[in-house]
Amino acid sequence: MQITSPAFKENARGALADPQLQRALGHVRSGFIDKRKVAVDALPEFDALRESARAIKDHTLTHLDLYLEAYERKVEEAGGRVHWAETAEDARAIILDICRASGARTVTKGKSMITEEIGLNAFLEKEGIRPVETDLGEYIIQLRNEHPSHIIAPAVHLNRDQVETDFRHAHTHLPEERDLSEPVALLGEAREVLRSQFLAADVGITGANFLVAETGSSVIVTNEGNGDLTQTLPKVHVVVASIEKVVPTLEDLSQILRLLARSATGQEMSVYTTLSTGSRRPNDPDGPEEYHVVLIDNGRSAMLGTEFQEMLRCIRCGACMNHCPVYHAVGGHAYGWVYPGPMGAVLTPALAGLDKAGHLPNASTFCGRCEAVCPMKIPLPKMMRHWREREFERALNPAVDRYGIKVWAMFARRPRLYRLATSLAMPALALVGRRKGAFRRLPLASGWTQYRDLPAPEGRTFMQQWRDRSVSGGAEI
Amino acid sequence: MNGRTAVLNKLRAALGVARDDEARTQAVAWRLAETPTGVVPARGRLPEKDRVALFCEKARQVSASVERVASIDDVPGAVSAYLRARNLPASVRMGTDARLKAMPWQTAGSLKVEPGPAGPQDEAGVSFAFAGIAETGTVLLYSGEANPTTVNFLPEHHIVAVDASDIAGDLEAALSAIRQAFGKGTMPRTLNLITGPSRSADIEQTLLLGAHGPRALHLIVIDGS
Amino acid sequence: MQESRRVGLFVTCLVDLFRPSVGFASVKLLEDAGYEVEVPMAQTCCGQPAYNSGDRADTADIARVTIETFEEYDFIVAPSGSCAGMLKKHYPSLFKGDPQWETRAAAFSEKVYELVSFLVDVAGVESVAATHRGTVTYHDSCSGLRELGIARQPRKLLGTVAGLKLEEMKDPDVCCGFGGTFCVKYPEISNKMVEEKTANIRASSAGTLLAGDLGCLMNMAGKLRREEADIKVRHVAEVLAGMDEGPAIGRERG
Repeated sequence: MQITSPAFKENARGALADPQLQRALGHVRSGFIDKRKVAVDALPEFDALRESARAIKDHTLTHLDLYLEAYERKVEEAGGRVHWAETAEDARAIILDICRASGARTVTKGKSMITEEIGLNAFLEKEGIRPVETDLGEYIIQLRNEHPSHIIAPAVHLNRDQVETDFRHAHTHLPEERDLSEPVALLGEAREVLRSQFLAADVGITGANFLVAETGSSVIVTNEGNGDLTQTLPKVHVVVASIEKVVPTLEDLSQILRLLARSATGQEMSVYTTLSTGSRRPNDPDGPEEYHVVLIDNGRSAMLGTEFQEMLRCIRCGACMNHCPVYHAVGGHAYGWVYPGPMGAVLTPALAGLDKAGHLPNASTFCGRCEAVCPMKIPLPKMMRHWREREFERALNPAVDRYGIKVWAMFARRPRLYRLATSLAMPALALVGRRKGAFRRLPLASGWTQYRDLPAPEGRTFMQQWRDRSVSGGAEI
Repeated sequence: MNGRTAVLNKLRAALGVARDDEARTQAVAWRLAETPTGVVPARGRLPEKDRVALFCEKARQVSASVERVASIDDVPGAVSAYLRARNLPASVRMGTDARLKAMPWQTAGSLKVEPGPAGPQDEAGVSFAFAGIAETGTVLLYSGEANPTTVNFLPEHHIVAVDASDIAGDLEAALSAIRQAFGKGTMPRTLNLITGPSRSADIEQTLLLGAHGPRALHLIVIDGS
Repeated sequence: MQESRRVGLFVTCLVDLFRPSVGFASVKLLEDAGYEVEVPMAQTCCGQPAYNSGDRADTADIARVTIETFEEYDFIVAPSGSCAGMLKKHYPSLFKGDPQWETRAAAFSEKVYELVSFLVDVAGVESVAATHRGTVTYHDSCSGLRELGIARQPRKLLGTVAGLKLEEMKDPDVCCGFGGTFCVKYPEISNKMVEEKTANIRASSAGTLLAGDLGCLMNMAGKLRREEADIKVRHVAEVLAGMDEGPAIGRERG
């Protein structure tokens, strides 16, 4: 997809001025935070599980090559095939080959962020194959020709009335006078429309929340059941997964599953957790005849062994963005690529380039709420700061910012000089601001005073006053 | 160079390790063989009676309906009553599970049993769960002739019988039962862990039951076998 | 054996420049708790503006000056969760692998505390001798809350101020949108965040807003003033020290 992260500031301004979006973003705040808290508080072992999950992923990442090989062996034993893709382009070509070999015209898709990352839908369409998104949120945004604005709630930027308009526009075979005023009617309509797609599809493509090395299983975690219909009904099932999804054993899977749903939606378990292992067995009355797994690197291996390795623990629960005040303010599209919010602010520079995504790790107050709720204990603010460091090293940030910091640091390193400058400046500023106590406008401070007053200093600095108090008759520096 | 070699080489270079590092190979082999258990919540560690009660409570919390029957012979009657109460046709889709087959379906009036995998026209399907999981009110089913996967997803109503003695306290216990049944490292094609009926909150974060999977999940817990 | 009681006060640059009265309130609270307070002259800023802008080299230079200046004290106390968090949690990471400074930074950081949590957790202060007639609400500044676990301590001491009623606002633990340079780099987003915050503050019906970090306080005070809200804004130390007679932050004298 086209990356618009370089225009983050403009995107954000647009988002803030969009009343529909602002109304919809209210649902993020009300829909996720309290439910997560209830679920987390109800499980005394939650923090111990976070530690356990972190250790599992850290171990797996340092042995990633070996676990992927073990996983591959098991998939093949179960009659499946594993394909390896270094890049998004390789992955698209592999998937196209599989579709072509089965003569596919229509593919159904379960919700998957990795297929967004590799731009699969646009590519398949160009090649004459029709991708049909079956997750309700994904279906809605596909109708609108948009991209997800949230990794687990793709249509969270929309309101019910917008969905109604889209459905009336797309489902012209249905009676115009039908009542779609309730969300449940919209859900029912999507169910009816997509049923025939499930049955007609030649290939079903899903992502994977996890891959289990012990058994060669791919795991999807969903609520709607669309992922299961996608992978059960067509004769070919293609699992598309990035390489860091692997966990060693079923026990390890169990640990992380307990964190995933609670952190994402506040459920103790999502409705459907499904482990798929290989193709249809001799006596199976249903299930796919072919089972393929496309393992994608696309920039992950370059994060391994760096200060960004810990990001590869991410299980895509969305808790960081659900709790992020910046995400609440601007929504997911402003971030300009596949992954929004704090996890996107760390991941996007790694996968799409710091030169394009430099704004994202800067647009954070480091409030730390993301790290506090991250089930995998990923130090997101720390990694955003690492991106800022790389930006500074490579002089990618604006010259005026760099110059400002350098000048300020020059003073901050030299206490006497700093003392002298501040003891002259602050009383002067205080004098100007004395009558009103604050400035409505101030030269060089428009970034501040555009939206808020700047409180005036009280007068002489603390250090000036303290010196007077402690050294009787002492002169200032 | 093919993709496989390229990706694996990149990983090893990034990690600074050699292909044949003995200690790493052993660490991985050990973990895969020994499958160490992590943190298991105390919640499910209960005597059977309380475990079954927790299972029922948790399943109800996620909007499944639950009823308990004394014996396997009571299941057809319960299914029949469930359908009648909801004005559904007296017909169910069902696999070849021996436990289901052994039930006295002829006693349940005019109830019609359709064998085989489910199709889009089926209103109700019946499965027999491999296990239940008390900590979350989850049922565990696996693919095959006995309980086809389509029965779990296509019908509007999914009715699942589960033997009280098959209800495990926690996820690890249920998965280790699968490991026992199929052998270490071997899995059925599809393993479904189902926790309540299907749902979506994709429109305005309003939770609605009945998305693409069943609108209703009815659990029949068989106590006395 | 004599108990170690020498505190070096890290005033913080914002308190030094904008609100010296918070510094004097801090000194009073520490002296009342039985500590000998010194204010070394060679202090400037903790270095966060450089650190959060990715300028590690300048940050380390500033950190070295701070450590040299303060390492002789038994405790280093700052009236700010953000600056104390910088000194305590981030300084050591600046010197990873530097044989001399890594150890020095670690020893220094051990002794760093934020003012109010120091009073409660280290000094064992149970109550303060202050009076404040009116309803206040307390904002949990992010660094103090999430890096240093400060939430209970200020509420505990506020509970002992005569005449004071604490009315919690909705989401007291959500960021006010200050974020250092963030508020001027992304002013529209920052504004949206502080608008949410002031709406919650106003809805709490408190007459006074308190917090432990001057950056956040100046942001919220500036916004409340722009909105012409009749809510006074003060650093929590001013109220705890009974030194809340002067003009509130961003308010005219008299």
